[in-house]
Amino acid sequence: MSRPEFVYVTYIETTREKLWQALTGSEFTKRYWFNTELRSDWSVGSPLALVMDGQVTDTGTVLECDPPKRLSYTFHHELNEKARKERPSRVTFVLEAYGKLVKLTLTHDDFAPDSVVIDGISKGWPAILASLKSLLERNEPLVIPFEAMEIAAVR
Amino acid sequence: MPGEFTACTTLVANIGHLTCNHLVAYYPSMDDVFRALADASRRQLLDRLHARNGQTLNELCEGLAMTRQAVTKHLKLLEDANLVVTLKHGREKLHYLNPVPIHQIGDRWIRKFERTRLDALSELKRQLEKRDE
Repeated sequence: MSRPEFVYVTYIETTREKLWQALTGSEFTKRYWFNTELRSDWSVGSPLALVMDGQVTDTGTVLECDPPKRLSYTFHHELNEKARKERPSRVTFVLEAYGKLVKLTLTHDDFAPDSVVIDGISKGWPAILASLKSLLERNEPLVIPFEAMEIAAVR
Repeated sequence: MPGEFTACTTLVANIGHLTCNHLVAYYPSMDDVFRALADASRRQLLDRLHARNGQTLNELCEGLAMTRQAVTKHLKLLEDANLVVTLKHGREKLHYLNPVPIHQIGDRWIRKFERTRLDALSELKRQLEKRDE
C-alpha cells in the first residue's frame, strides 16, 4: 500500500449535514469550487462529473457514500491529454463532529506514477477548502480566479 | 465569528486538560499560524514536506542540523497550527503539509485590498463620467 500523496484538514464551524450538502450539492459546489458543478446521484458505483462553465473537466465513480460521515470517489482529469491517459486517482472526505466544529479531512491518493495531475491538485484543494470554510462560516466564498492558480496541466 | 469563538475557547484552554475540551485543541487560531511560521527551522520543515509530502519523523530528521527532540517540538507547534497534519499509515505516522490555513490568511487581507481597489475603480469611473456630463 503506497503512502497517500496529499492530506488536507480544515476545521469549519458548521454541522456535518450542511458540510455534506456543500460537498455533494451541485448548486452549492459552484459557489466555492471555481464555478464547478459536481454532478452525481451519489450511489456507490455511479458516475460523477465536474462541470466548469458547461465543460466537463473531471470524471469519476462513487466508491463510498455514507452521509454525513464519509465520501469517496475516483478522480480522472479530462481536459489535458497526458492526464487523460493516466489511471484515475482517489479522493476521500471524512467528516468528524467536534462540538460546534466539523473536522474535514481530505485525502487524495493512488495517483499514477509521475502523475501530471498532482500539480493542479496541490494548488487547487487548499484554495477550494479555504473557500468552502469561508462560505459556510461567513456565507462569503473566497473567490480565487482559476487562472491565478497557474496549473500547468490546464494552461 | 470564528475568531471570537477562538477567543472564548481560550478561556476554556486553561482548564482544557480537566474538561477534555477537544475544541480547544482542534481549533487553531491565526496567532498559532503566525507563531508557527515565525521560525526558520519550522519553515525548513514545511519546505521539506513541500518537496516531499507524507514523511515519517525519521525521514524528516535526515540531514537536518536539528536534534530529533527539536524536530518533534517544532512539529507539535506546526500541528497545533494545523499547518502539518498526520496520518497513520500502517505502522508509520506520516506528516503532511496542510496549506489551508495560509489560504485563510490570504482571504483575510487580500480580499480587503481587492475591495479597496474596486472602490477606487468605481470612484474613478464616477469622476470620469461626471466630466462627460
